Amino acid sequence: MKKLKPITVNVDELISLNHYNVDEENAHIELDHENLDEVDDTEFQKLVRVCPAALYKVDEEGHKSFDYAGCLECGTCRICCEDTIVKKWEMPQPTMGVEYRFG
Amino acid sequence: MADTDFDIIVIGAGCAGAIAAYVAAKKGKSVLVVERGEYAGAKNMTGGRIYAHSLKRVFDDYSEGEITTEDIPYERKITHERISLLDPASSMTIDFTSDELGVDGRDSYSVLRAEFDQWLAEQAEDAGAEFINGIAVEHLLKDDAGKVYGIEAGGDEITAQVVIDAEGQNSLISERELGNPRSKRDAMAVGIKEVFELPAEEIESRFLCNEGEGAAMLWAGDATHGYTGGGFLYTNKESISLGLVATIEDLSQSDTTIYQMLDDFKKHPSVAPIIKGATLSEHSGHMVSEGGYNSIPELVFDGCLVAGDAANLCMNLGYMVRGMDLAVESGRLAAEAACDAIDAGDVSKAGLASYRTKMDDSFVIQDLKTYALWPETMENWHRMFTDYPKMVGEIFNSMFVVDGKPTQHLNKRIMPIVKQRGLFKLLGEVKGALKAL
Ligand SMILES: Cc1cc2nc3c(=O)[nH]c(=O)nc-3n(C[C@H](O)[C@H](O)[C@H](O)COP(=O)(O)OP(=O)(O)OC[C@H]3O[C@@H](n4cnc5c(N)ncnc54)[C@H](O)[C@@H]3O)c2cc1C
Ligand code: SF4
Repeated sequence: MKKLKPITVNVDELISLNHYNVDEENAHIELDHENLDEVDDTEFQKLVRVCPAALYKVDEEGHKSFDYAGCLECGTCRICCEDTIVKKWEMPQPTMGVEYRFG
Repeated sequence: MADTDFDIIVIGAGCAGAIAAYVAAKKGKSVLVVERGEYAGAKNMTGGRIYAHSLKRVFDDYSEGEITTEDIPYERKITHERISLLDPASSMTIDFTSDELGVDGRDSYSVLRAEFDQWLAEQAEDAGAEFINGIAVEHLLKDDAGKVYGIEAGGDEITAQVVIDAEGQNSLISERELGNPRSKRDAMAVGIKEVFELPAEEIESRFLCNEGEGAAMLWAGDATHGYTGGGFLYTNKESISLGLVATIEDLSQSDTTIYQMLDDFKKHPSVAPIIKGATLSEHSGHMVSEGGYNSIPELVFDGCLVAGDAANLCMNLGYMVRGMDLAVESGRLAAEAACDAIDAGDVSKAGLASYRTKMDDSFVIQDLKTYALWPETMENWHRMFTDYPKMVGEIFNSMFVVDGKPTQHLNKRIMPIVKQRGLFKLLGEVKGALKAL
């Protein structure tokens, strides 16, 4: 795996244009450890690279974070890492999640 | 035959599912469509341009003349094909237009799926299909012998003689309930796209198109910073769809995230002017299968058929992407096979087998077969994404740059640039690619 070049774009701003019904109660995606520090670094770095909504992040101190709320439900993280660190990937609960107005 | 709630249940109201439901309803069957989006299209994204042939044939054959091309909510007729080789420091674009591109039956159109899919769903509904929206199918109901006889969604069990799985690319049901394999990282790409709003006249003048017509554009090279994949653009009525597709395996090892790639792409000096002054309205993501013929899973099960992206029926050829016309055709053929099997009183795997035969005889499987070698060729052709765009830039620089120094014949300027890469290697690679295409 190559070293990641600096990230200059703020995707949170981009996805804030989308329409979502966020399900605060249920995480439809879960990794193999609730404490993300215990999640395998290399596998997590793959998710950082492939998620189009930038929901898998590693900050400057090396701290990992994941927030399912802005999920585009593409399934890329599942194909990438269901055999390693993505433990749960379900469709969001009824009427929840992203709602494209253009698509 | 056992009493069931419906003759046919369709999972998903995308191109494949809506057409399957439309055809089955037109053939007089009772049909239920279960769609996880609050409306059809709510969860769907495409590039996109649909090649209209298969959809046209469906309406020609089943609408009794009621639905013609003018009725379909297409965005723009695509009359300009552009391909671009992008290097960080240069860009070479071919803009092709021809009378052949717009001819009825060979025409193609840009679409936005939220509107397009709702319209398709309406046609199915008008034909008599019922819809449940906003709920995902969680499981298939199976008897002891493994025969599918219905679905479970939102805690309810609903039965049918045949279930058509048209759930799309993230195919949880096909994998978890039917036992089809999960796609491999090197046979699947992630697509990222943004929609930019622009006035219609502005689009027409930026792309040199006549009123109502538009352009499709694909980029190779620096769009994905040399990793396997490319950039795409489609002009809609009053917006532009711009995005990237990148193979998951290669991307997961790369030095740039997919969203940073898109941001860099948008800022490339040859791309930035296209979207200058346009308003960003949506940021979306979706997977697209790249495995081709060799990644098609089992299509026929006892009581169940798989259609569209759920069966990886998609082709990414670098200069064109096709999935929607394949989804439409497979949805139609699945519905026809299901109706025949129900009429014959045998919805077992053997009774439904005509779906596979019809598919084998159709352009869907035949085209995927023709291009069977392409996915691997493309993936191993790293220079196509790195060195060749650069080489093309150098060649054209040698032609067009005038600096007042005495110049040489073109062959003396161009041959060293080509030879540096190995002329025979280049010819060999191009020949290999043309063979796979
Ligand atoms: C970036 C990108 C660019 C592309 N460009 C082009 C292009 O230019 N031209 C082209 O022809 N093709 C293109 N494609 C491919 C094309 O979009 C697909 O092949 C096509 O949409 C497949 O249609 P489908 O009906 O099989 O699947 P989808 O359109 O994905 O429909 C599946 C439906 O099932 C629903 N669903 C899923 N799971 C469930 C469940 N459990 N219960 C209920 N409902 C469910 C979904 O919400 C969705 O409505 C592109 C794809 C991408 C990602
Ligand atoms: S499904 Fe797609 S958008 Fe959602 S977390 Fe996974 S990769 Fe990101």
